Amino acid sequence: MDVVVEPGLEHQAERARSRHGFLMGLPTMIYLFVFFVVPLGFVVMYSFATRTRTGRTELAGWNVEAYERLGETVVRAVAFRSLWIAAVTTILSLALAYPLAYFISTRRPATRNMLLVGVMIPFWSNFLIRTYAWRVLLDSDGIFTRIMSGMGLGDGRILFTNNAVILGLVYGYLPFMVLPLYAAIERIDWSLVEGARDLYASGWSAFRRVVWPLSKPGVIAGSILVFVPSFGAYVTPAILGGNKKGLMGSYIVDQFMDARNGPLGSSLSVLVLVVMLMGTLIYFRQGGRSL
Amino acid sequence: MGKGVALSTAEPMGAARWLLRGHSALVYAFFYAPIVVLAFYSFNESQLVGRWSGFSLRWYEAFLQNDNIQSSLWVSVKICVASTVISVVLGTLAALSIERFRWWGQKAFDAVLYLPIIIPDVTMAVMMLVFFGETAELFNIIPGVDLTNGLEKLVLSHVAFNISFVSVVVRARLANLDAAMEEAAADLYANRWQAFRRVTLPQIMPGVLGGALLAVTLSLDDVVVSSFVSAVGATPVSVYVFGMLRKGVSPLINAVSVVILAASMTLVMASLALERATSSRKR
Repeated sequence: MDVVVEPGLEHQAERARSRHGFLMGLPTMIYLFVFFVVPLGFVVMYSFATRTRTGRTELAGWNVEAYERLGETVVRAVAFRSLWIAAVTTILSLALAYPLAYFISTRRPATRNMLLVGVMIPFWSNFLIRTYAWRVLLDSDGIFTRIMSGMGLGDGRILFTNNAVILGLVYGYLPFMVLPLYAAIERIDWSLVEGARDLYASGWSAFRRVVWPLSKPGVIAGSILVFVPSFGAYVTPAILGGNKKGLMGSYIVDQFMDARNGPLGSSLSVLVLVVMLMGTLIYFRQGGRSL
Repeated sequence: MGKGVALSTAEPMGAARWLLRGHSALVYAFFYAPIVVLAFYSFNESQLVGRWSGFSLRWYEAFLQNDNIQSSLWVSVKICVASTVISVVLGTLAALSIERFRWWGQKAFDAVLYLPIIIPDVTMAVMMLVFFGETAELFNIIPGVDLTNGLEKLVLSHVAFNISFVSVVVRARLANLDAAMEEAAADLYANRWQAFRRVTLPQIMPGVLGGALLAVTLSLDDVVVSSFVSAVGATPVSVYVFGMLRKGVSPLINAVSVVILAASMTLVMASLALERATSSRKR
């Protein structure tokens, strides 16, 4: 094909190499296309499809009804409640994680590694069981409940409330906040802080003017990593929450399991996906790297 | 290298210093206390979860005698092994292809490869449910394929999210390696396969194993996707336990939970130890 200008051996070798790389990735590309991209396409198609009287979804009579329904009061209430819970979870996680990440990243390397492992273990341990552990603690007979009422902080009964869900989400996703924060704070060049102190900045203003801005990529990455899964959470509300259908994740599941409304469930899934993509975009625009 | 001096600048002074320490200790307590309490109660003799009445292993015996849990554990093992093997092969190939080569369309592949990591469980679950609902009949035409029993569907969807995690871990390993070694092998007239098997593979092995452990962990961990695609008779243990514990607390679930948690913690620690052992040799 290439009879235009002398292709050169170098060029040919490069083309062969690039073809080799492509072929190497091909099986995975095909797999992900069939079992990820196509399923995603189906969900998008479903969100524009028609629901028959029997509750089946028919890929015909395309319409935007499922998206119009997102404006309904019930659906909006679910979405806002989920947004609210995700926001509170994110803020609480940040408040808990920031000092911890600061503490870890300012230890000596040996101590630091040990402390990090301490965060990693719950990070990868079974999420379901860790959530269930709170169910045991929050039970009317549970230790948490007894301690709270013993200290006179109300009767301590928060199981099956949104507060319990928030507690469970913070517990579940806190490592997602700690790790990127740690990565950001650990990279800070402390001589900048030293410089600020030399110029008579107080400890607090050195933190506010130097450390905090430099750690911002970590704050943003961690917030997204906590916010996105909290918004679509299903397991935590199912175990610790009260109104089982009141949150996004459960509401979507319900559309497929009980209400049999495929189009609505799909348009809600697309909404969750959009929230996720927006988060990712913000993340990369802030110069975030992959974890 | 002056790092010690710098770290002393980072250390807040006076009360703030102790606040920071106290806070960190409390957060670690928050991480581990619930797990410890759960483990403690799993040895409780009493039928009532919150009331301690003495040490006993009766709930672990009940766990061993419960056929439903045993068979769901077996289902999980099968899914884990199959999905891990497939996703390790595909994930490693993807990692090599992206990290070691430049080709047209690579950026798009890279982006799609990231999606399964950040996509919320529920969305992934819906995707799989809808997909298999629409295409199961198509797949069943292929001789030897039967998606109705659910096991294949579980493996296929677990692979779909595991590939990405494996490839991230292997890529991290590859990025730290020197491509010069492979080039040297090629200079010494090793063919591609020999260069890969003798040079590249041994070097990325820790990453591959780390990715495999991660895949096993995630596969065991998954509830939402699995409960959407599993069929009667092929329920993985996470889905079975989820069903049990939605009904409420019971000492039996405590025992089952501790067993699962111990298994997943062992996996995590193994993968961390592996990472440690190999990274310390490098630096």
